Amino acid sequence: MGWFKRIKEGIVTPTKEKKETPEGLWYKCPKCKQVVTSIDHANNLWVCDACQYHSRIDSEQYFSFLFDDGKYKELNENISSADPLKFTDTKGYKERIAETQKKSGLTDAVRTATGKINKHTVVMACMDFNFIGGSMGSVVGEKIARAIDHSLRYKIPFIMISKSGGARMMEAAFSLMQMAKTSAKLSLLAQAKIPYISILTDPTTGGITASFAMLGDLNIAEPNALIGFAGPRVVKETIKKDLPEGFQTSEFVLEHGFLDLIVNRKDLKTKLSHLLEIFKK
Amino acid sequence: MTTYLDFEEPIKIIAEEIEKVKTTGEKTQVDVSKTVKELEKKLKDTTKDIYENLSAWQRVMVSRHPDRPYTLAYIDYITNGTFIELHGDRSVKDDKAMVGGFGMVEGKSVMFIGQQKGINTKMRQYRNFGMANPEGYRKALRLMKLAEKFNKPVVTLIDTPGAFPGIEAEERGQGEAIAKNLMEMSQLKVPIICIIIGEGASGGALGIGVGDKVYMLENTWYSVISPESCSSILWRSWDHKEKAAEALKLTAKDMLHNKLIDGIIKEPLGGAHARPEEAFQLVKETIQKDLVKLCKTKSDKLVESRIKKFCEMGVIEEL
Ligand SMILES: [Zn+2]
Repeated sequence: MGWFKRIKEGIVTPTKEKKETPEGLWYKCPKCKQVVTSIDHANNLWVCDACQYHSRIDSEQYFSFLFDDGKYKELNENISSADPLKFTDTKGYKERIAETQKKSGLTDAVRTATGKINKHTVVMACMDFNFIGGSMGSVVGEKIARAIDHSLRYKIPFIMISKSGGARMMEAAFSLMQMAKTSAKLSLLAQAKIPYISILTDPTTGGITASFAMLGDLNIAEPNALIGFAGPRVVKETIKKDLPEGFQTSEFVLEHGFLDLIVNRKDLKTKLSHLLEIFKK
Repeated sequence: MTTYLDFEEPIKIIAEEIEKVKTTGEKTQVDVSKTVKELEKKLKDTTKDIYENLSAWQRVMVSRHPDRPYTLAYIDYITNGTFIELHGDRSVKDDKAMVGGFGMVEGKSVMFIGQQKGINTKMRQYRNFGMANPEGYRKALRLMKLAEKFNKPVVTLIDTPGAFPGIEAEERGQGEAIAKNLMEMSQLKVPIICIIIGEGASGGALGIGVGDKVYMLENTWYSVISPESCSSILWRSWDHKEKAAEALKLTAKDMLHNKLIDGIIKEPLGGAHARPEEAFQLVKETIQKDLVKLCKTKSDKLVESRIKKFCEMGVIEEL
């Protein structure tokens, strides 16, 4: 507690003291530079207490605080990328996949699971940005499609947490068609009148925005996430002007009418269970 | 004036020789018909040889050939001048990069929709280079729903370097507009035939590309990204566009091989720009043949197999 007090009073910890602390014990907010212990940061769901900056987190972390007691059953975890195009850039795609799998402990850029949110059974898919930028190739498309199938079969709501730069270039047109595939599956969910809640987190761009991320019965975003179709760099190069302040943030997208809500991560579980309740009653 | 691409240089040389011989013949009153005939055969053989061996990048160049016919030219021919263009998305404006309307094909009404590129500098601006804004995709959807209401089939002609990446496009929800089309097209209760007649760039192309039958003309490309952008992302410069074009497997042949399209429509010798009317006729025949079959299929069956087809796309490994 003493630690927090000192921060609030603006007393900066001497560098020497920080250096002596073990690696990973402290978290420094990139926006307001506040320093807290990693444990406190995690307890605050990786949101800065001072400025509400939302750190990028992975499926493991979302599942841990959204599912009751952090318990869930993963679906189709053993699907991995093939290399249908034998794509090679600076390294072969197969090799890139193998390396990324080893480094991240993930099989691809999305994990799908079923579990309970305040006792409401849901199917939830969550993207992992640290797996090749959360890009969507055949595996991401197929896992989302199968997760929706699971929703359809058991008539339970589908929640999708997007966090991706877009399509996976190394799978070229295969990747493009995953947009059609996931959207087609969602049309079946809509026909069956099963709720689909889309949660857009930082960043959600490209083919993700132009498919499932924008197709929720409810579209919800975390604060200040980058959300758009074309990336800001591409837009800037096209119009040859500086981009307006706050362009393509969650708040911008909500103002223009494409989001239902912006929800702080700390309120996400409560808000989701309220919404699920509304659909049910 | 015919425009020749760099790899068409041998064709250009022969064509110019033919002109020269003809002029000389006229001036000198000498019969040159035999020489001309020989040269014309040589021209045909050379063209055939070049066009049968085009690299992926060269096909991309043909797909962007300045003389290549665009959407409205196809529609005018196919509907025999009966096309009535319809405008607007009923919300924001009329997007000139996306055209649509009804036309008759062999006595039956068909809804035609497609991106439209401009035929000269002024028109290219007017058409925004075939890059639609959200209102273009919403206009396309409005027209598809209109067709569905009156049980008319839909034909989309795809030719775009991408959906427009501008500030207003983002403000008006480019992503949402395309996404909605993907979902709505999956469920549309009338036949949809999609034909890539030029460039099929990414979500901008797919936004009107979910059909019962998806075809590519022989010299077109369809992928998630242009070879230039792919090159600049992977190799930090546009210099590797040839390599990128190969790697992306974006030609009609590759796309069919990967089961991502349903068929290839042949182009006349030397490409669609060399003999546009032949290209229009080949496209028309494909549409007519498919419409006969698709219009007989019950709508729920149509939707079911359309969804199934797209859901089968992709290659994965089960560990
Ligand atoms: Zn902060």
